[in-house]
Parts: sequence; structure tokens; C-alpha cells
Amino acid sequence: MSEGPLARTALYERHLAFGARMTEFHGWEMPLYYTSILDEHRAVREALGVFDTSHMGQVLVTGAAATDTLNGLVVSDLARLGTGRACYTLMLNERGGILDDLIIYRLGGEEFLVIVNCGRREEDVAWMRRHAEGRADITDISAGRSMLAVQGPLASRVLEELLDAKVAGLGRFEMAPIRTMGPDASIARTGYTGGDGFELFLPDAHATRLWEAILAASAGAGGRPAGLGARDTLRLEAGLRLYGADLNDTTNPYEAGLAWTVVLDKGPFIGQDALRELHASTGRLTRRLVGFELEHGPVPRAGTPLLAGGRQVGEVTSGGYSPALARPVAMGYVETASAEPGTALAVVIRNQRHHGRVVRLPFWKAQPGRLTAAGPATKG
Amino acid sequence: MKIPADLRYAKTHEWAKREGEEIVVGITAHAQEELRDVVFVELPSPGRAVKAGEPVAVVESVKAAFDIYAPVSGTISRTNDALAKTPALINQDCYGAGWMFALRAARADDYDGLLSSSAYQEQMTASRQ
Repeated sequence: MSEGPLARTALYERHLAFGARMTEFHGWEMPLYYTSILDEHRAVREALGVFDTSHMGQVLVTGAAATDTLNGLVVSDLARLGTGRACYTLMLNERGGILDDLIIYRLGGEEFLVIVNCGRREEDVAWMRRHAEGRADITDISAGRSMLAVQGPLASRVLEELLDAKVAGLGRFEMAPIRTMGPDASIARTGYTGGDGFELFLPDAHATRLWEAILAASAGAGGRPAGLGARDTLRLEAGLRLYGADLNDTTNPYEAGLAWTVVLDKGPFIGQDALRELHASTGRLTRRLVGFELEHGPVPRAGTPLLAGGRQVGEVTSGGYSPALARPVAMGYVETASAEPGTALAVVIRNQRHHGRVVRLPFWKAQPGRLTAAGPATKG
Repeated sequence: MKIPADLRYAKTHEWAKREGEEIVVGITAHAQEELRDVVFVELPSPGRAVKAGEPVAVVESVKAAFDIYAPVSGTISRTNDALAKTPALINQDCYGAGWMFALRAARADDYDGLLSSSAYQEQMTASRQ
């Protein structure tokens, strides 16, 4: 999809040194896996996995009216987001379609770090600038910066030992500076695997050393580098949506099951009118994103039709294999009448019909206590 | 990469082994390494007549599904039922417990027309350049 040479992160040489199978991902050359997607998946669930997520966009929003301006672009209420805290949110078009899903960190009173999907970075920045109309500075700081996701039950202990930063004491969706890496390095208790973990934002110059240190400190206990393959199976198992697959500019937050991100009665934001109309008629939503599982059988890949009583009622948007459930799982949109958990649905794969059912998301949930074992967790 | 000398090979990375009247078929170490993480295997029904080069089985890894081709023409005689429960046998022991199906060849000399281990090795070396 992109032309010219693929972009590489500061950790490119490390990936090759660890034997990564590289793949193209939205114009980036990224590790798909190092040894095995399933092994890396299990390492994240049971010990620790380190992901290079430097391909993701890092955008700063600053200026005297930063809060109001950014609040006009997303569905959450940033006025209620405390300094040093983060939220998962959505940016919509006027029709209520999802332009991107974001994690926004409040760095200071009028200073926000917005993490955008790498395939949406340029469009997002242009959209934000156009609608900010000069009321806030939108700065793409991605170049020269790295992002690591250190995920798994051992992450807290390992990072606490390595970093001069508040780590184990961080609550979910809280952020703290990493003092030894300069003014622009920070760590947050966030991630997209469904379990405990951290994301680190830092200048490229610190990436390689930190990557090596995390792996050296955790390898004996099962820590390992993890690639995009495991990132996908982990987020799918945790019921987390993937932009471009489960979300796009024709899906709205309600049918995507993301109503919890929306604060309709805050100040004006793009898409608000469309959402108000949808909200008034949520009982009449035509389709919903659901979880779907087969007890056994092939993996329903994206695009596979979902059938109820022999009639197509929807389509898979993300499909994969859940190691926790040891069965194929998928997410997809189905007609509202077929969206209740327990509904029998079938897929036809290579001319064979396989029977499954709608299940509640997520497919996998961190055990209570497991997430909090390493430190206090608060509601994100 | 393990390429046992006593087996024959297809360009599409299946191995074949003559066992009495039957030819046992599986995928090579190279194919197994390319696929990784096998989570599902679809096998042909015994009794099905197949042609050489015809897709007759499917191996699904976490990433994607891959067709497996019949190395020679014949009739499927047996399949490896253990793969239904433990598809990872293909990763663990592709030349042994991970065998996929057996067939009775339509013509006895088709087997001899398959690649030898050294010819298969050469083909892989060539395709890497």
C-alpha cells in the first residue's frame, strides 16, 4: 500500500538480531514474530513480552486552549481527565463514523499526548489541525521517538527495578516521567493486551539500551520480545477493537460497543449531533459488534460471512485463534436480532459449515487480583 | 533444515514415503517453519480420488490457511486423526507423528518421479537466490 522504502524503527537491528520474521505494516517494516506467535502470546499472559510499538504516532496538543480544542475532537470529556492520567477515546467525523481510536495522556494542564494508529497518523494530524483552527498547536513528534509496550504479570517488577520512575505504584491509565531519560520520557500503565502492562514513550537514543535491559532482566523468568502477530491475538482475545478491521469511518461507537467512551452531554464535539440521533434510537441500531466462537474448526478470518438460519446476518471483521480458550474466535458485526449472547451462528469456510455462537466480549479477562498483584489498580 | 534422505518430495513442500502399498504424505520442515503455530488441519476423506497437484488438505496457522497438495494421483486410504486434537504435531514432528494422510497411488512409478532429498534441497537453495 505504501510506495518507496519501508520505514524502520530505532529497534530494527535488534529485531533482526533476535531472528524476527519481518512484515510490512502500514508502510513500516515490523516484526511479525520472533519464534512463534503462540509462544509470544503465552509469554505476555504468563510472564512478560516487549513490543516495539514505535510505528504508532505520537502527537502533542498544546496551547492555552488545548483542552477545549481537543475536547471538540473526541468523544470523551478531557476536562475530567486529571494530569498524569490517560483515557481510551475515539475521534469521529460529522456523521459519527470513527476516524481513529486513540489513547490520550494528559501531560499537564494544557498539554496532551495523543497516540494514534500508524496507518491513520497523517490523516489524523491533518484533521486535527484543520479543526483546531489555530486554537491549539498540533505537533507530530513521532520522528525520533520510540514507544515500547512491556506487557505481562512480570512487567511491573522488572520495570520497577530498571527505571528511576514510579512504576509499581502507578494505577491503570496513570503516567509518570522517567527521570533518567530526559524531560520527554514517560511511562504509563496502559497497553492493548487486556492484561497488566506498561507503555513507554522515549527518545530513540534510549530505546535499544532499554530493550536489551528489559529482556536481560526478564529472560530467565520467561520474558521475550513479541511481535505484531501476538499483539493481534492478544488484543482479539481481550475483545479490543482494531482500527481498520473492527472500526472505520462507517462504524459508529454504539454499534461498535464503545458507548462507554462517549460523554454526550459535554461541550460540543465533532460527531455529537449524529451521536445524539443515534443515541435516541439505540434500540433501533441495525447491527452490533459481537464476539463469536467456534468450539472447534478452522479460523474464521476477516470477511467470512456470519449466518443465522442459513441467511447471512453479518461478517467477521477480526478472526483468530484464542490460546486461552484453545478455539477459534472472531469479532464481527451482525444484525441486532442476532447479536444476543448465545445466538447460534454459522460460518462457511471452504464449502463446509461450522457452527458457533455469539459470546460476550472479552473472550479472555485478566483474573481479578492478577492485574493488581503488582500495585494498586484503579478504574481506567 | 532436516530433509530425510529416505523420503521423496514435491516442489510445494510435501514429503512422501512409500510404505508397502501406500504412500504416506506430510509437510516438510521448511513448510512447517514457514507456517509456525499450526492450530487447525483439514484432511481429505478416505476413499476420495485425488490428482497430483490437487489441493487436498488445509493447514491453518495463527496467521493464515495454506493448501496442501497431493504429490501423486491416487485414492486417499487413511488420515492422521490425531491432528484433529493436536494440530501442533505438525510443528513438533512433521516427518513422524505429524504425518497427514496416506494414499494408494494410481501409478506405481509416479512416486519415483518425485524429487529426491538432494533435488528438493537444491530447489530450496535456488529459490532463495
